[in-house]
Amino acid sequence: MLEIRGLHVHYGAIHALKGIDLRVEQGEIVTLIGANGAGKSTTLMSISGIHAPSSGRILFEDFPVEGMRPDRIVRAGISQVPEGRRIFARLTVQENLRMGAFARSGSSVGNADLDTVYDLFPILRERRLQRGGTLSGGEQQMLAIARALMARPKLLLLDEPSLGLAPILVERVFERIREINRSGVTILLVEQNAHMALHLASRAYVMETGRIVISGDSRVLVGDPQIKRAYLGEMDIDTTQKPTRSA
Amino acid sequence: MTDSNGSNSRFLKSTVHVLLTGFGLALLLLPFFPLSRVLLFTPWLLALTTLVRLYPLIRSHLRIPKRVRSIVPRASTGSTCIASTGLGVAAILAIACFPALGNRYTVDVGVMVGIYSLLALGLNVIVGWAGLLNLGFAAFYAIGAYSYAILNTRFDLPFWPGAVLGVLTAGFAGFLLGLPVLRLRGDYLAIVTLGFGEIVRVVLNNWDSFSNGPNGIMNIDRPVVFSYTVRPPYPFYYLVWITVFIVYFFLNRLYKSHFGRAWIAVRDDELAANAMGIPANRFKLLACIIGGAIAGLAGVLYAAKVSFISPESFTFMESVTILCMVVLGGMGSLRGCIVGAVILVTLPELMRDFSNYRMLLFGAAMVVLMIVRPQGLLPPQRRLEA
Repeated sequence: MLEIRGLHVHYGAIHALKGIDLRVEQGEIVTLIGANGAGKSTTLMSISGIHAPSSGRILFEDFPVEGMRPDRIVRAGISQVPEGRRIFARLTVQENLRMGAFARSGSSVGNADLDTVYDLFPILRERRLQRGGTLSGGEQQMLAIARALMARPKLLLLDEPSLGLAPILVERVFERIREINRSGVTILLVEQNAHMALHLASRAYVMETGRIVISGDSRVLVGDPQIKRAYLGEMDIDTTQKPTRSA
Repeated sequence: MTDSNGSNSRFLKSTVHVLLTGFGLALLLLPFFPLSRVLLFTPWLLALTTLVRLYPLIRSHLRIPKRVRSIVPRASTGSTCIASTGLGVAAILAIACFPALGNRYTVDVGVMVGIYSLLALGLNVIVGWAGLLNLGFAAFYAIGAYSYAILNTRFDLPFWPGAVLGVLTAGFAGFLLGLPVLRLRGDYLAIVTLGFGEIVRVVLNNWDSFSNGPNGIMNIDRPVVFSYTVRPPYPFYYLVWITVFIVYFFLNRLYKSHFGRAWIAVRDDELAANAMGIPANRFKLLACIIGGAIAGLAGVLYAAKVSFISPESFTFMESVTILCMVVLGGMGSLRGCIVGAVILVTLPELMRDFSNYRMLLFGAAMVVLMIVRPQGLLPPQRRLEA
């Protein structure tokens, strides 16, 4: 469904992506994990057309989308839940949702779409006349996901949906992501919470400083000692003792 | 008990605050005026500060308090709606009846209030809605005025086609300035727009064969409606205010449409807006075009009113004054623009005696306002919609 070949992105003199190759098949949940500044968000931003790649190809359903305008890409069927939620604070919850469908319709959205996302996130229905800025972090994350769904995407890009949320809420958000996937939306998930991400996704890519260093079946990656050490915070047996450091 | 104590101490605090600000301002005037003048002016300053201080209280009597507003559903905001409709009708009546109460001079001031209302409404689209600071807005005003003036005096074009062309030219200028502006923000944006304003004025001042330089253009025709010439001040007053209402209505509709929401979205979070497929740059450009066109319209009306224009009327100070109107009224608020224009046009007229120190007072008043009420007198109050 999505295929990225040799993607390079520069921010001025900074070479942010140094040749990314990545595939997402129809119906999958694929995760992209890695440390801060590895280039995960940049990858999503170039798929969404917000950063223009300096070279490389991005094919969506065998159609090149690199360098296309963001609204065209949304219309083609890719929508993004940006990192840090980025809710429109002065708009109400329902207006936020309508904005999610902006590229698709321009003006009016069928209430069926609203009902679908309200059924998925009932709390948003209760809050629909409240300003986006007054929601709690967890509610905002749900709103951000719901807003992206309003574009009726075939491929949903999620950037760090667990960021700043309490563990119980992360659990709940991930449950919803699974549900969205079951309803037929392909998902590309960027996460720092590698543990959660690897358990949700079927395949995973690991990024380091602008490159993909490891990729494969996420169940295999969960067991990989290198991944364990670097991203899951699990240590080798002889180093599991609490670090004894003097104060 | 505690409640009345609380309100008592708050009352005391407010009173002290008002007295301090009022007399403080009066003290500031002392070095510049004889004591008798200052004493004459002190009550006015006190009244002004009291009004500013009391404003939230006055408003809370008119409508549901803000905090409740944000969570109550739309149905229960009906009383707010009636209150604001009532105020709107009262304002329209006041504007319509004003000439009957005034003399030629006051009605002439009324015309200028109308023209500045248009300018403030136009700038509000750019600054208040799209969030683009513009310090050279008078340029569009000048472009509108000069377009009509040149087309009319040199090519004998009548008012209406001239007005349309003036508006289109100013809108096009808005588009041209909008293009580089999309890449800039903050200080850089301010500098570029300021530069644009100065360039336009300097060109008009020096390109004699085109704009007749500092001598300006004379004998510009008045508008003609069905072979009736609309002369200032009385008939012109109505022409200007009808235009203001049309523009106001148009902008009000626009802001309540999905365009308005898109502008809010772009201002709240440009990246998210882009990610949602809202073309942020196009909306910024659109704001520049609409704002420029409205300023052009004001320019055309101004040229037709005074029948003589020169670059002097379109200086940087004009841009600043218009910006002050928008900020004073409350950025993003249409009603605020009108209120800002009323205050900032009439106040200097009332202070004619102190004309040399006008700007000083003006600055002091703005400083006080920004401390006491940074969101402006009538900040935008959007009805929360589904």
